[in-house]
Amino acid sequence: MDKYTLSSSPHVRSAETTGRIMLDVIIALLPATVLGVVFFGWNALWVVLVSTAAAVATEALLQKLMKKKITITDGSAAVTGLLLALNLPPSVPLYIPIVGSVFAIAIVKQCFGGIGSNFLNPALAARAFLMLSWTPAMTSWTMPADAVSTVTPLAAIKEAGAGAPSPYLDMFLGTVGGCIGETSALALLIGGIYLVARRVIDPSIPLIYIATVGLFTWVAGPDGLFTGDGLYHMLAGGLMLGAIYMATDYTTSPMTVKGRIIFALGCGVVTSVIRLWGGYPEGVSYSILLMNLFVPLIDRAIKPRMFGSVALKEAGK
Amino acid sequence: MARFSFRGGVHPLQRIHHGKRFTEGRAIEKCSAPDEVIIPLSQHIGAPSRPIVAVGDVVDMGQRIADESGYVSVPCFASVSGKVKAIEKRPHISGQPSMAIVIENDHEDRLYPGIKSPGRLEDLTPAQIVAAIKNAGIVGKGGAAFPTHVKLSPPAEKKIDTVIVNGAECEPYLTADHRIMLEYPGEVVRGLKAAVKALGAGSAWIGIENNKPDAIAAMQKAASGSDIRVAPLKVKYPQGAEKQLIKAITGREVPSGGLPMDVGVVVINAGTAYQICQAVEKGMPLFERVVTVTGSVGTPGNLMVRIGTPISHVLAQAGGFSGKIEKVIAGGPMMGIALYNLEAPVMKGTSGILALDDRMVRPVEESACIRCGKCVMVCPIGLQPYLLDAYSDADCFDEAEQNGVMDCIECGCCAYTCPANRHLVQAMRLAKCEINSKRKACAQ
Repeated sequence: MDKYTLSSSPHVRSAETTGRIMLDVIIALLPATVLGVVFFGWNALWVVLVSTAAAVATEALLQKLMKKKITITDGSAAVTGLLLALNLPPSVPLYIPIVGSVFAIAIVKQCFGGIGSNFLNPALAARAFLMLSWTPAMTSWTMPADAVSTVTPLAAIKEAGAGAPSPYLDMFLGTVGGCIGETSALALLIGGIYLVARRVIDPSIPLIYIATVGLFTWVAGPDGLFTGDGLYHMLAGGLMLGAIYMATDYTTSPMTVKGRIIFALGCGVVTSVIRLWGGYPEGVSYSILLMNLFVPLIDRAIKPRMFGSVALKEAGK
Repeated sequence: MARFSFRGGVHPLQRIHHGKRFTEGRAIEKCSAPDEVIIPLSQHIGAPSRPIVAVGDVVDMGQRIADESGYVSVPCFASVSGKVKAIEKRPHISGQPSMAIVIENDHEDRLYPGIKSPGRLEDLTPAQIVAAIKNAGIVGKGGAAFPTHVKLSPPAEKKIDTVIVNGAECEPYLTADHRIMLEYPGEVVRGLKAAVKALGAGSAWIGIENNKPDAIAAMQKAASGSDIRVAPLKVKYPQGAEKQLIKAITGREVPSGGLPMDVGVVVINAGTAYQICQAVEKGMPLFERVVTVTGSVGTPGNLMVRIGTPISHVLAQAGGFSGKIEKVIAGGPMMGIALYNLEAPVMKGTSGILALDDRMVRPVEESACIRCGKCVMVCPIGLQPYLLDAYSDADCFDEAEQNGVMDCIECGCCAYTCPANRHLVQAMRLAKCEINSKRKACAQ
């Protein structure tokens, strides 16, 4: 008798896999990565390569040591390494991305059970760790193309006299100071549209997050209500990178659309508060990390409406 | 057409027209009768039928060979003429060998002379209609095989105002109902009218997915001049799930844990409506049905198959396998049952036989849940499959119950869409099984 496969239904599955999703994220990040290297030079490329390689190697090594199945082919470690690199200044010494990637994968991801079980975004947690540990290296910026020290657009408006605010067009294209992958809103938006078209991310998170920051910073302006420059804040700093690629991280964002809206609103408000009144010029990383911590609570409170639940109440009357 | 739809759902095999293009254009053909038919006593939900023939008896085609045993039970009929060879355990689609009446076919196809029309529909009382349906051994032909006479006899306090014929046929690959609606639209309409009369309902609908425009046109034509309305439904799986269909057409929501009759609705499958017509007009019992034989077979098609025909025989009729077969499925690819023994017979609820080759059945290795939330988005019941999967894996069945696992309709949307290939439906089934056995133990 021939042998047939026996299994529970369904017997067909969509072509979507974890690996394909991660590949899509990497594809979406390519424009920003390439532009970062073009603007900031070869050291940026080294940071990207070293960071990604360190993340993948750490995951493989740890899984081997723990005698677990090695899952680096799913691409999630590579995404973490790449995202971390794009969140680093272009001139950092190369031990910074290595330490960061090891921290992201070993401490933030694998210590809590690996893919799907971490409660913080690994790349952002690693960036926060690096910021606290190597503050000078993490906050010295070079101008694109000429490698002259400069300030970021956000630092420019935070500290009076630190420099003239950047023109919108420069911020849109990315020819301003900042992290490797965060400066070009255009490149990040192209990747974001790709992710939405591929249905990898739910557009509600980036749209609401960015809109909230724009609205909040416009309303709470420096010269009274409605005097702020919302557009400047929407284009500046790591908002595009964070909103499109980090706040949409599956594991550390809520499961329902309603939950995601609350999450994105929270990210937007916290980012604006830090930028306007906090000690740092930038607040995207910390706001997402803070909201990551609320995800279990949001998922507990916001559940999808069960079919037949209202009717049941009516029937019980 | 936003109205005739529901929340959630997926679009499986959209690129190949839901797998239906292989057979939707092929008219119903007769499948040859095998030398031996195996009529299981458990073909329906409820108590098994009780044999009333003995080994050695000679029976006619359409002769009653087993009685119902209880209220939720139906009689069974010989699908060939010949001699009763054995009453014993035989392979069954469920995987568990089950008691069956085995008849050796004499290939004479003598129709049982006792079959006669119960009268004209206009003259029959509701009770007579229900009796005719019960005496024809009719069960739901969509797959669940619930006795139809029970559906048509709701308790007096449940007033039924709407009857819906389910012609959605949302399962990929299956086209049996599609062909019945094309080739026997009049019978489907008359069967629906009989059900409406039996229930005293005021409103009647036929719901058909928009990917079958020819069936919609045929049914509209057949229903013209009557109060029956045809609802073109959005093409989305599981549009044909009973609760989703009722919601799409009437806007009513069957309460959690409730039945369609709780919202005044009865749903019957298109093939069942055809069978009701046969029973009410001719007194013809259910002993053959249309089965879609498709996938990697020589000539896919829609075959009129005698109940009890071994699946291997039906596959041979369709030209045998083509390619390296990984899976043989009774039913459709989303909810069907994978078979290991092809000697199991076609039953009243067998809507399709699907052979999938190694290109269609990719090896699926389960990986960790990445909490993407896609299962939550597609669940038509509004459950959180990822959470129920985690509870089920951890043997936390009470928590799974609190989170609604018993409402799961096992449609498979979650597992279909899961990028981590989680075995979500399997986990739900395990949890439901554990909860049911606990409830039983508590009741005793």
